Amino acid sequence: MKRSLGIKTIFYLSLLLFAAFTSALAFRARAEAQPRVINITAKRFGFTPNVITLKKGETVTLRLTSEDVTHGFFMKALKLDEIIVPGQPTEVTLTPQQEGRFTTICDHFCGAGHGNMSMTIVVE
Amino acid sequence: MKDEVNRRAFMKITGASIGIGVLYRAFPLLGASAAAEEMMQAMHRNNGERIAPFTFVQLSDAHVGFNGPPDPLGTQAFERAVEMVNALPAAPDLVLFTGDLTHDSEDKDEHSRRMKRFKEIAGQMKTQNIKLVPGEHDAGLDGGTLFREHFGETYYSFDLRGVHFIALDNVSRAKPEVGPQQLAWLKRDLARFPKTAPIVVFTHRPLFDLKPEWEWFTSDGDEVMEVLAPYENLTVLYGHIHRDDEHEIGHAKHYAARSLIFAFPDPAKVADKKPNPFDKDHPFKNLGVRVLRERGSGSRPENQFTVEDVELTLREYSGINGIQQILKDPTV
Repeated sequence: MKRSLGIKTIFYLSLLLFAAFTSALAFRARAEAQPRVINITAKRFGFTPNVITLKKGETVTLRLTSEDVTHGFFMKALKLDEIIVPGQPTEVTLTPQQEGRFTTICDHFCGAGHGNMSMTIVVE
Repeated sequence: MKDEVNRRAFMKITGASIGIGVLYRAFPLLGASAAAEEMMQAMHRNNGERIAPFTFVQLSDAHVGFNGPPDPLGTQAFERAVEMVNALPAAPDLVLFTGDLTHDSEDKDEHSRRMKRFKEIAGQMKTQNIKLVPGEHDAGLDGGTLFREHFGETYYSFDLRGVHFIALDNVSRAKPEVGPQQLAWLKRDLARFPKTAPIVVFTHRPLFDLKPEWEWFTSDGDEVMEVLAPYENLTVLYGHIHRDDEHEIGHAKHYAARSLIFAFPDPAKVADKKPNPFDKDHPFKNLGVRVLRERGSGSRPENQFTVEDVELTLREYSGINGIQQILKDPTV
């Protein structure tokens, strides 16, 4: 009787461990499928953060929001050309293939300081 | 015969800065052949006038209403440019202004006052054949509404002495672009001209990728240049970059005029986009005018526009109200 109870306990514990292991694997796979998300805020006349660092070949999603007026988000070499409208977050996913420092500008005229509104995307 | 005519270049434009802009000279490259005469007649029919020598001036980037730092001169370089143009040995036939006539203001009334002030100063020029395009500081915030109220349409074309001039607007859509509607208009506008027609395009931003990281480009500039590329006698004049620049791409020669307020450095030599610091001993350093002038009789094959670029030099400077400048040689 006691032996039968022990076997059952081992069986259920094994089942539980297997379920936990497969769940962990599934969670990890989902996490790996989801690109890293970086939030960037535009406000006259700058971006926050002002510098972000990406890994070459890493897929990331930039979530862009504006705190005041419509801004642009432009970097030709990285094929970034977005409009950021207040109240409408914009997401863009990229996988940079080239290392370097890429100056990314607001290319939607937003006022007197517009000409110097930029940030740096570092790819290493 | 027509093919032979269409394969030939018939006019060149050259120029040089004269301190606060550029003086251009336009002159035909026509010999005395029957083909040349046929071409002259064709241009007469299409442009309303036979090709004839003339001069015109390009001014740019006055930013009326801007009040430093880095440049505390306000409108004084612009006013000096008007004096300089009026002092040219022969009055130019045309003055082109390639944008940023005013500095932007979110107060519509204040921006309107700046546009009126621009007109007051420009109105002192003896040459009143003045054609304008907006810069992003004139039209970027309101889509060009105020500019149109004060100055008229933001893109258009006209003919002068056998040359077809095209004003392109690459600022009113807030982004650095011309846009599909204007591109379609450009194609229609050019349709009546042979490929040898002398064409001068004037706009604010460069139509090629000069320095995109500094917003020195037009995003659909390649499409614009594709439409213009077949034209063999093409000159593109622009401002925006606050410095003198010349590029030749295909048939097109691209010239930027100096500004009438703070200058920018050569982007190939510096990392950051920062205006040159103000030099009180040389307050108009790097500011200038471009003048184009015909240098031949109009019938010799070697005739062409000359494009002159001259920096203002300082004669006397004693405080903001005491600036007087002279040109090194406006006729160089």
